[in-house]
Amino acid sequence: MIGRASIFCNMSKKTPTFKRIVRAGFQRFWRNAFVSFSALLAITEALFIFGIVLFTGVVLQATLNSIEGQADMSVVFLTEVPEQRVFDVKKQLEALPEVARVTYASSEDVLAGFREDHKDDQLTLQALNELGQNPFGARLTIEAKDIGQYNLIADFLREQSALEAGESAVIEKINYYDPKFRLASERLQGIITSATWLGLVMILLFTLTTVTICLNLVRLAIYTSRDEIQVMRLVGATSGFVRGPFVIQGAIQGLVAGTLTLLLFYPFTFFIKDAALQFGGVDLFVYYLQHFPTFFGVFIGGGLLLGAGLHFLAVRRYLKV
Amino acid sequence: MIYFDRVSKVYADNSTALQDVSFSVESGEFISIVGHSGAGKTTLVKMLLAEEKPTSGSVFFESMNVHEVPLRHMGALRRKIGTVFQDFRLLPNKTAYENIAFAMEAAGRPEEEIHSDVPHVLELVDLADKMNNFPGELSGGEQQRVAIARAIVNQPDVIVADEPTGNLDPVNTFEVVQILKKINDLGTTIVLTTHNKGVIDSLKKRVITMDRGKVVRDDREGKYIL
Repeated sequence: MIGRASIFCNMSKKTPTFKRIVRAGFQRFWRNAFVSFSALLAITEALFIFGIVLFTGVVLQATLNSIEGQADMSVVFLTEVPEQRVFDVKKQLEALPEVARVTYASSEDVLAGFREDHKDDQLTLQALNELGQNPFGARLTIEAKDIGQYNLIADFLREQSALEAGESAVIEKINYYDPKFRLASERLQGIITSATWLGLVMILLFTLTTVTICLNLVRLAIYTSRDEIQVMRLVGATSGFVRGPFVIQGAIQGLVAGTLTLLLFYPFTFFIKDAALQFGGVDLFVYYLQHFPTFFGVFIGGGLLLGAGLHFLAVRRYLKV
Repeated sequence: MIYFDRVSKVYADNSTALQDVSFSVESGEFISIVGHSGAGKTTLVKMLLAEEKPTSGSVFFESMNVHEVPLRHMGALRRKIGTVFQDFRLLPNKTAYENIAFAMEAAGRPEEEIHSDVPHVLELVDLADKMNNFPGELSGGEQQRVAIARAIVNQPDVIVADEPTGNLDPVNTFEVVQILKKINDLGTTIVLTTHNKGVIDSLKKRVITMDRGKVVRDDREGKYIL
């Protein structure tokens, strides 16, 4: 035993293994270029599909917002109500947490709008002229933050109207109490809720599908290294020391895949921006540039997580030696 | 040092690989296990490395039942047993140097020790000039010598060589056997499985003969008799 030991240096202090694992991970990435490339493509594909789902969500949300915007509540004031009184109500409405925006239209604006809408209807215009005065009161158009909150705003206005009743009535009509408006509004609310849920389910489904496909592709890539993993275990490497470089290799693949996805979406959003503008009224290219830090986090973080996580899982079954 | 206690192995298809095998190996011994293909030699080696579990019986290494060692401690056990395989089983994407260094890194040895010991051990197996070659760039004999270097670099208590000359020509076979003898002379226990009659007859060491999963002979200075 003395002779055997004397041919080597003395075994001394242990060296932290993290540096070795990182070095081996980089080495695996370069030296298994083909396998790395295949896994990298799989992760890129998964991230790209996830990105498309995200952008679809953006367009869908913009479309829903635009539909929601068409269901604005309007409040018509009596003709004799002074302008200042209308502004007071506007101010009170704007202070409500449920209200997103309130637009004021004076009685002259409403008249001009009516004339424009009926410019081909000479009979109506003639009748209007014969009246000799403006029959329209000022109007407030209220946009709620959520389509389901119009009832709260309507309740508020009714209370306001009642409070002021002792003095003099100011509101002539609130379209929320029109049965047709309420029916349309409720239907729209149902459509928006369903569409939002459908969008979430689709995101979940697509994400699960792509992650599963990706996991299987990574497992195939790791399958080619199963003998290598077994040899590593047989020469005395711990599970962590064997698994570590694979996880680092996966993280590098994820990092590269994330960067690639970020680059791919630059021309992609540019080419589909017209279609997206037409459909949902949102410029995806501008949206991508404006939200670049978020997308950077999603794609780079997602890539890292996907690459490292999938490799961690894929290696597990071969470590039981 | 090593003790096989009534070890049997029956696979799911009812084929018997080992049947009631018992023997012990003392520290510093050079023991050859011989037998035809399918006699159970490789299964014995797999049992010792805890690659496979016996259907019945126990395998002890330094009074420790190897099949009761938790998976997380298996690395420490295996670092005490250097292994050499017939198909070399080198890591294909690592150079000769890195293959040997990997075993040292796995054992947590410091960098300066690795830089000092790996060239030294490569010199021992006469491959100092091939340290930067990948396994695919080495001949079978050279790959097997790298595998031996990897097996001895952590100074294990025992080297298990499973048919190490099976894929080698006579010249390389002779060289590999000489290296194993040299390692044994330095105090390391050697367990060699082979069906090479010439190797066994030239060694003049203890020979355990196996046939159909059973130990049929155990001779102190044996020869290949089957």
